[in-house]
Amino acid sequence: MWCNSIRGWGLFSILIHWLSAIAVIGLFALGWWMTDLTYYDAWYNLAPWWHRSMGMLLLGVTALRVVWRLFQPTPKEKGAPMEKVAAKIGHLLIYALLLVVLISGYLISTANGSGISVFDWFTAPATLSGLSNQASIAGEVHWYSAWALMIISLGHALAAFKHLVIDRNDVMRRMIDPRVSRRSA
Amino acid sequence: MFKKTMIAALSVSSLLPLAQAQAADYIIDKEGQHAFVQFKISHLGFSYILGSFEDFSGDFSYDPEDVASSSVNVDVNVSSLNSNHAERDKHILSEDFLNASEYPTATFESTGFESTGEGEGTLTGELTLHGVTNEITMDVTHIGGGEDPWGGYRDGFEGTTNLALADYDIDMSKFPPVMQEFELYVVFEGIRQ
Repeated sequence: MWCNSIRGWGLFSILIHWLSAIAVIGLFALGWWMTDLTYYDAWYNLAPWWHRSMGMLLLGVTALRVVWRLFQPTPKEKGAPMEKVAAKIGHLLIYALLLVVLISGYLISTANGSGISVFDWFTAPATLSGLSNQASIAGEVHWYSAWALMIISLGHALAAFKHLVIDRNDVMRRMIDPRVSRRSA
Repeated sequence: MFKKTMIAALSVSSLLPLAQAQAADYIIDKEGQHAFVQFKISHLGFSYILGSFEDFSGDFSYDPEDVASSSVNVDVNVSSLNSNHAERDKHILSEDFLNASEYPTATFESTGFESTGEGEGTLTGELTLHGVTNEITMDVTHIGGGEDPWGGYRDGFEGTTNLALADYDIDMSKFPPVMQEFELYVVFEGIRQ
């Protein structure tokens, strides 16, 4: 139920996948909106507080996700050989970009050595700080990698729909239904 | 002490009988960090934000016998701004305000000095910030000077001026009027070369 098999994803991976999808889209929209808020907007301080807190939680979840992915079986890719290679590279890029976006965001707020308060619940400590022009450079990386992640995620969604509508295989279904992973071949 | 200095001064002048009274050149002691470029700007009229530019260099020329010929040049690395708040620093350095990637250096070059009293005066010069150059005046004070304990000779000064951000094409129209100007405070020691 919770674990993956070579036929499908377990419930744990499915939940993390969809939670991450919602969080990534939400954080992108929130980040875009909040950076244009004016000084007198009631959300001027609150929106970044949500953005930082959500981002730090997603970073924790993503670290757990990567570990889980490495120690669990991965369902087999489906499609033409080229599609399989493209899928492997695409998924690797998504993981890499996710980490780059999250870590660069963390490096903006912690650039002067202060930690990040996560929902006033705990403080994620600063680690790497005080690099020359750290906040501005991390900010550039954050912006471009966030865009790259959105674009490649769109490609990821289109590819999933291609499996569903054109190939009519269970690639999309197995990211929704954990029972696929327990089906016998 | 005074005697010793006098003897030293006399013996040096006797070695250089034709030397004119010349202003001495000093390098601002950035290495020993006896130099600060700070700003102070109102926060909503409730309190102040203090910050500094941590990376800069400069030199000056000073002759106590002829203060009018004094001059000073300072180059500031804008992106070294620090107000103890990483996100605010990033915002101040962004295109919304200082645009440090486009205008990485702020400079001050003095053009004149007028004494207003013992150890006090008004320094005039060209300040370039955000790509805009304006003539400014700064009230300066000679704090002290003399031989330091490590074999060098130092003189120290401080200066203050109030500047309007609009004069440097920095748009503060969305902020209250009290936040549209800032105070610049500079204090440094120079080591005589």
